[in-house]
Amino acid sequence: MADFWRRFRRNIGAVVGLVILVLVGLTAVLAPIVFPFSPWEMRGVPFMPPGEMGFLLGSDSLGRDVAAGIAHGTLVSLLVGGVSTVVALAIGITLGAVAGYAGGRVDDAVMRFTEFFQTIPSFVLAVVLVAIFTPSITSIVIAIAIVSWPPVTRVVRAEFLSLRSREFVQAAEVLGRSRIAIMLTEILPNALSPIIVLSSLMVATAILLESALSFLGLGDPNLMSWGFMIGAGRSVIRLAWWMSVFPGIAIFLTVLALNLVGEGLNDALNPRLARRRGMVVT
Amino acid sequence: MGAERLLRFLAQRLVKAAIVVLAIVVFQFVLIRLAPGDPASVIAGQSGAADAEFMAQLRAQFGLDRPMHEQLWIYVKGILTLDLGFSHRQQLPVATLIWDRLPATLLLTGAAFLFAISAGVALGVAAARRVGRPADSVITVIALTFYATPIFWVGLLLVLIFSVWLEWLPSFGMYTVGADLTGLAYALDVGRHLILPAITLGLFFLAIYARLARASMLEVADQDFVRTAHAKGVPEGRIIRAHVLRNALLPVITFAGIQAGQLVGGSILVETVFAWPGIGRLAFDALLQRDYAVLLGVFFCTAVMVVLFNLITDLLYAVIDPRVEVA
Repeated sequence: MADFWRRFRRNIGAVVGLVILVLVGLTAVLAPIVFPFSPWEMRGVPFMPPGEMGFLLGSDSLGRDVAAGIAHGTLVSLLVGGVSTVVALAIGITLGAVAGYAGGRVDDAVMRFTEFFQTIPSFVLAVVLVAIFTPSITSIVIAIAIVSWPPVTRVVRAEFLSLRSREFVQAAEVLGRSRIAIMLTEILPNALSPIIVLSSLMVATAILLESALSFLGLGDPNLMSWGFMIGAGRSVIRLAWWMSVFPGIAIFLTVLALNLVGEGLNDALNPRLARRRGMVVT
Repeated sequence: MGAERLLRFLAQRLVKAAIVVLAIVVFQFVLIRLAPGDPASVIAGQSGAADAEFMAQLRAQFGLDRPMHEQLWIYVKGILTLDLGFSHRQQLPVATLIWDRLPATLLLTGAAFLFAISAGVALGVAAARRVGRPADSVITVIALTFYATPIFWVGLLLVLIFSVWLEWLPSFGMYTVGADLTGLAYALDVGRHLILPAITLGLFFLAIYARLARASMLEVADQDFVRTAHAKGVPEGRIIRAHVLRNALLPVITFAGIQAGQLVGGSILVETVFAWPGIGRLAFDALLQRDYAVLLGVFFCTAVMVVLFNLITDLLYAVIDPRVEVA
């Protein structure tokens, strides 16, 4: 663990990313305390530039506080990013583990299925899914998960494929342990590092996807989100640039931080591959 | 590769592409069935604007009174004969709507792709030649930045800077409305309108191609044949161009093929920001009007575009690199 931390620290970008991420997390936690009102509430005169009338980041076309919107939206973005990644990991790990461990026809079938999902343009699919199943936080999370699992399956399958013929796995097989037990307790723990690296990048991609969906008006109508704020400010950008610019900076910083942390994790977990900075196919 | 082998390869890929397209149609059918409400109400949208006559027509079109496998067959047959349904809102067949908008999208994605791949590879090569030095770090930071920025936000910022503040470029549409330009003047006008959307769409991919080109340049630079060239005294510039770049480009091209879908998906956002009259904007308008027949049509169209694009990349690859197996 100390060794891991030492290698992580060596990547300055990763440390910066971690610091930003902690600040983003704090914003999410402190939002209800610093802005103890609904982000939808009218707080003053519309179209106030940043710094005027107590609006740190200005007010929007309905006199709502942009800073409060961003702060309240943080939790939504982080939650959607996190939960959809967990769901995508569950799908991806299950399919990848089965394909890699079983091999043969099962492997073929699973990989065809995965390839198919990689062919379909993922953003268009996410838009169609959310539109047809009506926009809500659940449909958004599910749609993002459905378009994000294929890379996980590929990575997990490759790991399982190479680990299943190793001696400790064969030993467990000889001992008569069940397949599921072998997959979960013997192979999976040894395949964790690439999954961890991949998942930090997936959270980043999920946050981008969520913001794009709510920008198009497919966000949860009851929740304030960064993408929605940018979409709302789009038509009045000549009048009030701050409405779209600040939420965008929030998205940018969060996603950048997650990518940087992902690279740091990659360096720390795969020291041998550190030079070939992971280019992850999303 | 011999002509016969190439033909066999082509036939195989065509069959595979056809199967994928069929799978997409079946997938769409399943999607409509899984949605809440019956397919007619899904297609008609939830705004309640559809009249009873239209609903009845839709139910008949889907054959909802017949067994499931017959419904599937009706649906597949419809789409494969390019009958993508009817847009009740626009009073036009979906296929016509898409067909009218497709050239604008192809122009936009094509321009964005050319910009992304040329600038991206140039940046990646520049970074790889200066590994570890400040220029490399700067290029890596640029790539990371664009990789983390929402594409629609980049578009809005560019509009803000180049249209609102500097007033250099138009921010809206594909040509100047009412100018009635023809010939070269028209082309120049479209070109001016194209700059901002194409750059917006291209920047994200530029970041990816730059990182990919950098990594693959570094990998190839380590190999024996490059060392041999150095030992033979081949000038540095020529080694980069003739030996390293040539081999390093293959993974970039492969990846570009895989990414075709992302490019088309991104065009929904970019066309929305810039009111570019392509199928992305069509999809956005369909979303606003809950016109799901059009939305599904756009989905099918983009998926087929990706399949076609992958087919072309596969073939290019087979022609360029004789080692590619016919599998």
